[in-house]
Amino acid sequence: MTEQVLDAGDGHAPAVNSRRRTTLRPRRPKSKLASSFQTPLWHRVAERTIAVLALAAIAAIALIFVFIAREAVPMFWEVEFAEEVELRDLFLAKEWKGYDEPVFIWQPVGEPAKFNVVPLFVGSLKVTFLAMLMSVPLGIGCAMFIALYAPRAVREIVKPAIELLAGIPSVVLGFFALMVLASWAQAAFGFHFRLNAVVAAIGLALTIVPVIFTIAEDAIQSVPQTLTEAALALGARKYQVALRVVLPAALPGIAAGVVLGFGRAIGETMIVLMASGNAAIMEVFDFTTSVRTVTATIAAELGEVAQGDPHWRVLFLLGVMLFGVTFVLNIVGDLAIRRLQKKLTAES
Amino acid sequence: MKVLGNQRFFLILAAALAASSCTSGKSPERGEGSEAAPKTRVSSTLTIKGSDTMVILAQNWAQAFMDANPGKVLQVSGGGSGTGLAALINGTADLANASRPIKDKERKQLMKRRGAEAHAFRVALDSLAVYVPAANKIEALTIPQLKKIFRGQTTNWKDVGGEDRPIILYSRENNSGTYTYFKEHVLDNEDFAATAQTLPGTAAVINAVSKDAGGIGYGGIAYSQGVRTVKVAPADGDPIEPTMENATSGKYPLSRFLNIYSVGEPSGIAKEYLDFVLSPKGQDVVEGVGYYPLPKEATAATE
Repeated sequence: MTEQVLDAGDGHAPAVNSRRRTTLRPRRPKSKLASSFQTPLWHRVAERTIAVLALAAIAAIALIFVFIAREAVPMFWEVEFAEEVELRDLFLAKEWKGYDEPVFIWQPVGEPAKFNVVPLFVGSLKVTFLAMLMSVPLGIGCAMFIALYAPRAVREIVKPAIELLAGIPSVVLGFFALMVLASWAQAAFGFHFRLNAVVAAIGLALTIVPVIFTIAEDAIQSVPQTLTEAALALGARKYQVALRVVLPAALPGIAAGVVLGFGRAIGETMIVLMASGNAAIMEVFDFTTSVRTVTATIAAELGEVAQGDPHWRVLFLLGVMLFGVTFVLNIVGDLAIRRLQKKLTAES
Repeated sequence: MKVLGNQRFFLILAAALAASSCTSGKSPERGEGSEAAPKTRVSSTLTIKGSDTMVILAQNWAQAFMDANPGKVLQVSGGGSGTGLAALINGTADLANASRPIKDKERKQLMKRRGAEAHAFRVALDSLAVYVPAANKIEALTIPQLKKIFRGQTTNWKDVGGEDRPIILYSRENNSGTYTYFKEHVLDNEDFAATAQTLPGTAAVINAVSKDAGGIGYGGIAYSQGVRTVKVAPADGDPIEPTMENATSGKYPLSRFLNIYSVGEPSGIAKEYLDFVLSPKGQDVVEGVGYYPLPKEATAATE
């Protein structure tokens, strides 16, 4: 507790997660007296090594991006590519031979090959949106229940159980969605397509709920006891404390969990490949149709194409775009979380 | 103690895995570059990739071949005819199974990347069957009807003489030779309907069709468990059942040859394998799996 008092003293540390700060940032001795001691060599070596390891992650991301982009970029000047595909057909609707109207269509095998990426991104976003719609309330609700309401005995069973859910291989979940869930869903809702966005989203939600739950529960747990105690002392009911004190205070952490869950959802491959039906239907608002996602397309088709083929290039373009989407989303999410944190500390 | 127990368990598991991978794999040449890159492959291993339609067939052939020739190792995997031919072009497979003929583009790429012509061998006969759930009572469909169904222009079973129920299309992934064959021979190279759900592998299609009262799908004849095959009629003819007799005589409109492709003239183990496949023993395997053996006159190499 003394640490909190010390930290609060510099006027910047937010009262909300002061406890976290103290654990994250080991205080270094700053006085001249302390720095005059020579740090042992192996300390410095160890520090350097850790720094290099940390930077390796950044280097890996950069390299991955460069290598994916390198396969995609030649499409802008390659003659072989230009002969088969027009760049604007990748994004705009076109009235192809045999169709009565301009269409967005993904038919990479055929004469001519039609590579329109729009239906794939529509599919990815549709499934992701649906999965988030299911797993965000569920994940946060579970976290609040476990952190605030559940008796110890319940918590000790439920929490590991949810975390175990995260350990189930996605291919197993996909198989479950394909064989069992799809039939149930069709019997219950009478879907036209047995495999559709809803079934895939339910499967996806099973993988995202644990992600959101784990992080949200951590965030809620780290809300200082003093806040809840103060609220209770002022006569607030338990649900008022939960909704008006704990939830807002834990919001930055919860938001981080949601962003992470979104990243996981849009990048998940196996479940959607198995359970979504993989029909590239250009239909934005009907969630009961089959969808073909970007990830499933890459997984299903990359094995087929000869290196350097236009189809190959387009698949790598999809990879670059997917990378871009998650990258931007992570940055936006991070900014939002920081702003939220600032706002909360300013208010408190 | 518990931790120790865990460790021991994992050690045993690891040892067991290592042992099994050795005995089933390349034990005779261990240490002689068994993990080597494709270019320097040990001459007694052969990598075969390609058609999902043919993968059960190729596995049975490989098994029989390895039983007869101890010390020689065949690795068989599926993925689709396109996948197999791409692997042949990229140099990661020695032979490619394909349920469709090689495309000109692939032939050119092979020439460019590997510096040799593609050699084709017809190895078995298949009737591409049209599948409906066992409960669907429809007897026969004509090729033009099939085209309209898979183009998405006919959307209800009652329009082709069935009950009033929407048609749900199941198709294969576009790396499939069966997909390409169907597209060429039934759809006249037009696109499949966007609503056609594509599933990886014939078995997945069959499974989906068997569970969907309005479903229709297509695939190799060896996979017909749990579903019904429909008689198919040419544009101007009688409905034909996809039997061995009709496939051999060429009466069934969707009968096709299954092929194996090699880079240049096959030699060594690849040649031995192909000789085995085309021998009476190899053709017995074909029948055992559920495809049709080659008619006598077609056994010669096609190109």
